[in-house]
Amino acid sequence: MVEYRIDRHSGVATYVQIVQQTKQALRMGLLMPGDRLPTAREVVEATAINPNTVLKAYRELEREGLVEARRGLGTFVRRGLGATPADSPLRTELEEWARRARAAGLERDDVAALFTAVLDKHFQGDPS
Amino acid sequence: MSSDTALRAEALGKRFGRRGRALRDCSFRLPAGRVCAVVGPNGAGKSTLLTLAAGLAAPTEGTLSVLGTTPAAARPRVGYLAQDKPLYPQLTIAETLRMGADLNPGRWDAAAAEEVVAAGDLDPGSRVRTLSGGQHTRVALALALGKRPELLLLDEPMADLDPLARHQLMGTLMAEAAQHGTTIVMSSHVVAELEDSCDHLLLVGDGRIRLSGDIDELLAAHLRVTAPESAALAPHTVVDSRVTGRQLSALIRPAGPVPDAWRTSAPSLEELVLAHLRNPGAPSLVEESAA
Repeated sequence: MVEYRIDRHSGVATYVQIVQQTKQALRMGLLMPGDRLPTAREVVEATAINPNTVLKAYRELEREGLVEARRGLGTFVRRGLGATPADSPLRTELEEWARRARAAGLERDDVAALFTAVLDKHFQGDPS
Repeated sequence: MSSDTALRAEALGKRFGRRGRALRDCSFRLPAGRVCAVVGPNGAGKSTLLTLAAGLAAPTEGTLSVLGTTPAAARPRVGYLAQDKPLYPQLTIAETLRMGADLNPGRWDAAAAEEVVAAGDLDPGSRVRTLSGGQHTRVALALALGKRPELLLLDEPMADLDPLARHQLMGTLMAEAAQHGTTIVMSSHVVAELEDSCDHLLLVGDGRIRLSGDIDELLAAHLRVTAPESAALAPHTVVDSRVTGRQLSALIRPAGPVPDAWRTSAPSLEELVLAHLRNPGAPSLVEESAA
């Protein structure tokens, strides 16, 4: 089960944050096909956001074919995303790289900037 | 009157005595199932509006229908929490809830009321006078929710609460809306407090409705623009404009495309509200959206 964290000052629409965090959980393998997403009631009780915001996010995920609503039962994951489970070799390499970056004296923001620049170079024009 | 409407006001007005005029010529519609923020400065008429909807006072002009009927006839289906959240201080929480059951025969949902109390980790044996502000509000809310209202009217429910209690109580309210489709109307003069929880806005200024509608639609109808000082804003509706040096900043309701040279951005809810309150003469926008 995922737990959503809403950042009110991120400038990102709340429903988009839910969509992004769900996709992130799918990419990390924290959510797998067949898993149930929290109900709107569960999400709003914990986050105090408007129920329609949650439903809007779930509709968006459904439109993208990632989840499906089963009447009276809840919303379930249909398929995972990407091929990078939490313990993949790629992650191990990235962990190693991050360790080296830190040892070399880079700060968190330096690393993030570097990583984003490389991402931009290799994924130019791809949908995010 | 259809049941998909929680509140409908037509030319609604309320005078107190000869001189005091709390509301004038208010017309708006609130669809059922919405979570509506009633926002405006102190003294704007927010509390008066809620009192009328609760059927505790009668309008002096126009009409207000509640859940498709008169405010008086709708009262059994409406929960109202006044700003001072009156409870009997000498009663225990359990006795307070029993009173709720006695006062709402046939409607009382004891389990729902007890659940709201339990969510706050409160001992039902505690006396009301010993409770903190947040605990007191929680019990008052339990009393209002135990009635299983179709429409819940809350006057400044979060004033005097610490941020944690505020978040928890708002979570309880949103859960109620998610599970039962309860229409919730809550007033505040702090916009930021309501922004994430509400999907509908009623902006009251000086006794008049300045903005009414779905929050996303209201935001989409406005644009923040930065342009050279000499720019002509016509034919757009100007809500707020300011010149700093050679730069003109304005909040407008675009009547069509704006020149490419202008820098534009979407306003936040707070910017939208402040721009209207700063400019009492700016035209109101009351969305007549269906559904």
